[in-house]
Amino acid sequence: MSRARDQYETHAHDVLVIGAGGAGLRAAIEAQAAGASVGLVCKSLLGKAHTVMAEGGVAAALANVATDDSWRTHFRDTMLGGKMLNNWRMAQIHAQEAPDRVRELERWGAVFDRTRDGRILQRPFGGHSHPRLAHVGDRTGLEMIRTLQDRAVASGLAVYMECTITRLLTDGDRVIGAIGYWRTTGDMVVFRAKAVVLATGGIGRAYQVTSNSWEYSGDGHALAYEAGAELIDMEFVQFHPTGMVWPPGVRGLLVTEAVRGEGGILRNNENDRFMWRYLPDERRHEYAETDSEASRWVEALREGRQTDARQPPELSTRDNVSRAIYTEVREGRGSEHGGVYLDISYLPPELVRRKLPSMYEQFRELAGVDITTGPMEIGPTCHYVMGGVRVDAETGASTRTGLFAAGEVAGGMHGANRLGGNSLSDLLVFGQRAGVGAAAFAKEVAPDKPGSGELALAGTELAAPFDHHSGTNPYRLHAELQATMQSLVGIFRTAEDLETAIERLGELRAKWATIEVSGPRAYNPGWNLTFELKNMLICSEAVARSALQRTESRGAHSRIDHPDPDPAWAKRNSVVSRDGDQMRVGHSRLPEMPAELRELITP
Amino acid sequence: MPVGRTHRLRHLRVFRGTPEDGGELVEYSVPVQEGMVVLDALHWIQANRAPDLAVRWNCKAAKCGSCSAEVNGRPTLTCKTRLSDLPEDIPVQVEPMRTFPLVRDLVTDVSWNYEVNRRITPFTPPEDAPEEAWRWQQEDIERVQEFRKCIECFLCQDICHVLRNHETRNPFMGPRFLVRAAGLELHPMDRADRTPYLRDGGGIGYCNITKCCTEVCPEHIKITDNAIIPLKERVADTYYDPVQVAWRKLFGRRSEGGSGQPIPGQPSADGS
Ligand SMILES: Cc1cc2nc3c(=O)[nH]c(=O)nc-3n(C[C@H](O)[C@H](O)[C@H](O)COP(=O)(O)OP(=O)(O)OC[C@H]3O[C@@H](n4cnc5c(N)ncnc54)[C@H](O)[C@@H]3O)c2cc1C
Ligand code: SF4
Ligand code: SF4
Ligand code: FES
Repeated sequence: MSRARDQYETHAHDVLVIGAGGAGLRAAIEAQAAGASVGLVCKSLLGKAHTVMAEGGVAAALANVATDDSWRTHFRDTMLGGKMLNNWRMAQIHAQEAPDRVRELERWGAVFDRTRDGRILQRPFGGHSHPRLAHVGDRTGLEMIRTLQDRAVASGLAVYMECTITRLLTDGDRVIGAIGYWRTTGDMVVFRAKAVVLATGGIGRAYQVTSNSWEYSGDGHALAYEAGAELIDMEFVQFHPTGMVWPPGVRGLLVTEAVRGEGGILRNNENDRFMWRYLPDERRHEYAETDSEASRWVEALREGRQTDARQPPELSTRDNVSRAIYTEVREGRGSEHGGVYLDISYLPPELVRRKLPSMYEQFRELAGVDITTGPMEIGPTCHYVMGGVRVDAETGASTRTGLFAAGEVAGGMHGANRLGGNSLSDLLVFGQRAGVGAAAFAKEVAPDKPGSGELALAGTELAAPFDHHSGTNPYRLHAELQATMQSLVGIFRTAEDLETAIERLGELRAKWATIEVSGPRAYNPGWNLTFELKNMLICSEAVARSALQRTESRGAHSRIDHPDPDPAWAKRNSVVSRDGDQMRVGHSRLPEMPAELRELITP
Repeated sequence: MPVGRTHRLRHLRVFRGTPEDGGELVEYSVPVQEGMVVLDALHWIQANRAPDLAVRWNCKAAKCGSCSAEVNGRPTLTCKTRLSDLPEDIPVQVEPMRTFPLVRDLVTDVSWNYEVNRRITPFTPPEDAPEEAWRWQQEDIERVQEFRKCIECFLCQDICHVLRNHETRNPFMGPRFLVRAAGLELHPMDRADRTPYLRDGGGIGYCNITKCCTEVCPEHIKITDNAIIPLKERVADTYYDPVQVAWRKLFGRRSEGGSGQPIPGQPSADGS
């Protein structure tokens, strides 16, 4: 640790982990345990990463509730949910290792809800054929992040919080560290590392209606892209079916899928349980036939017993439920504030309060609605990005040497649509693997020094917005970007809209170059936002271009002008990479699944 | 909904400044929408009047504990405080938490809390516990789960007079960390003994049970009744009865309650 003459501090580690959500923490713990010296950087305070907001649970085939569950069925559900576009090897590793990762959390102090015989309780979720989500009421993410945070801190690794990384340092072919600034002072800081793990989460702030916090500006996606790594499947952005729609200030805030998992019913303004009409034919047999079969299923769930009743139609996959709600609203059957109704109030009030305590609070405090006596108003909200940094399934290595990625920033695991609960498990499984991978890589290489040119460039970049006098305000530019993405690159897409979006994004990029900020560098959110805007612009362009290229509908990507899946595209990942100042979009062949796994899906 | 309610103006007086310049309250008029919370108003000010207004926030859903501040003098989460619940006739006053050093505007330096946290012995399960030992009934863990709901907003730390009085801050860990310690001490599988630390380094004796912390907790954790008082009893019992300490070290806490007796400090019907 030293303060250099030209006013920036430098830290050196074997492994630098960028991001302290579930994936970053898990990677850092593992790398440290493998003997590497680890630095963990995050742009918020420790413990505030997005993972803290996760509600419903973590998916793992523990088979505590449904004894016939296994990694094979979890694998099958994940692949079917992802419309077979998932990296099969990631889906396999994920299903196989998630149970151990969850039990390990318990050994580290996590306190999950229990079954009657004292094991970890599991709840049903959309697209999962068995009750599979280990949970703590509806605050599972908090439990997970606190457990990992305590473990990481106790292990003695170095934490750098409220520190934003703006650039990866490279040396020829290799990533050798990162540069950023301290949010509290605005001062530049340099991290030298033999291996860097990106665990920065998603891109949802590029949309107007989103469940994501300000941190979700796609920093890791953009850092990787700029450093020359490949991004895959960026067109697949998940719109969660149930976000709050009213009051305006909370529009987009998530209403956990656990509400439907516990028996929540969706209705339109004609009191019609519309999901019956939207179940896809090929999976129709997995759902109840009638209202009464669905309620038998809910009853059995409540009493913790097995049943032959099948699950309610509300538990269809997210892409499908979102499209259904969107269509209902568009065709005039929406609720007062442009959503539909989600009702759990037919269950005993104390059960609702116990199973969904934070939803109860959220509606009571923010909307003045008591969900034990009346329905909620909900609508789709931008929630998760399936696309991300292309990684090796075994180690989390990206296509750029020395750069690893895990968690939401990585692509491949979830294919065209993620199942609820499969993210928290993804963080644990691939966080752990990236930690191993990065530590092993760091052992093999010697440290390298960043060139002075790169450091000077980073310094200039940081200072530039204060010198501009264009009148372009970062908040306004952000609002324009969000409006563009929301209206042109949303749930339903067309070539025309996407082309318009790409054009507008180009204009916004030009405006960005002259963005003007004022005030000091210390804790200046306007200044901070300029760097996040740059990242959002890169990610948005990647989404729009990949979406234009994929001339079919699959999972979360719905093209009105190409409404059906196309067998040719079923075998392709979209690939985005940097070519000088241009974004290159292409595709590559989906890895071929071995026959024995294929049999698990279509026996 | 009455028409016109959506475009009224509300006046806010927001603290702006740094430790160097001393800072001042600056007045802003903000157009209000139905259901607006204080954090929405602060975001409006950022986007339209003061792009550099320093505010800490993340989830906007009362889940991360980042947006703590003092609104009309009361420590609260700004993302959960609705403007319509505040008196209409006076400006809404928004100031940073007073217990922690100011960084800028509404942001304070809360790093002291992270240092205190580091001193608490982490979760320590027995190494060789069989699989069945990890089976617990829901009733056994309800209290632990209550403590684990904490979102680390540090509002309880902010209101606690012991910490507000800077002279007694360092010797006292504060309510948040008594909650964490209680969660660990009551975990069915934990075997560490934190009572010496609670008494000495943690300064549990400084708490005189005013219950102000419980009143501000956004997670409605009964900090004083359920965490602090039982811990105080446990500390008192331990130091009163050294045999019990030795017993616990040897056999683990579970074995004490072998005949179904409540363990010290764990609340029970007869309040032992
Ligand atoms: C409201 C909500 C509920 C959800 N519920 C569930 C659920 O029940 N089950 C489930 O499986 N999934 C759920 N998800 C999804 C899941 O929570 C996320 O996908 C997951 O937590 C992402 O974790 P992560 O570790 O990849 O990133 P995060 O937890 O978001 O962490 C990202 C980290 O990167 C840091 N960072 C970002 N950019 C930078 C930068 N430039 N410099 C330094 N640090 C940076 C951030 O500060 C943060 O520490 C939910 C998501 C939301 C929004
Ligand atoms: S009860 Fe104790 S910890 Fe809580 S505010 Fe009062 S003195 Fe502080
Ligand atoms: S105990 Fe309550 S008030 Fe204190 S930090 Fe935790 S959530 Fe906040
Ligand atoms: S912003 Fe997360 S608690 Fe207020």
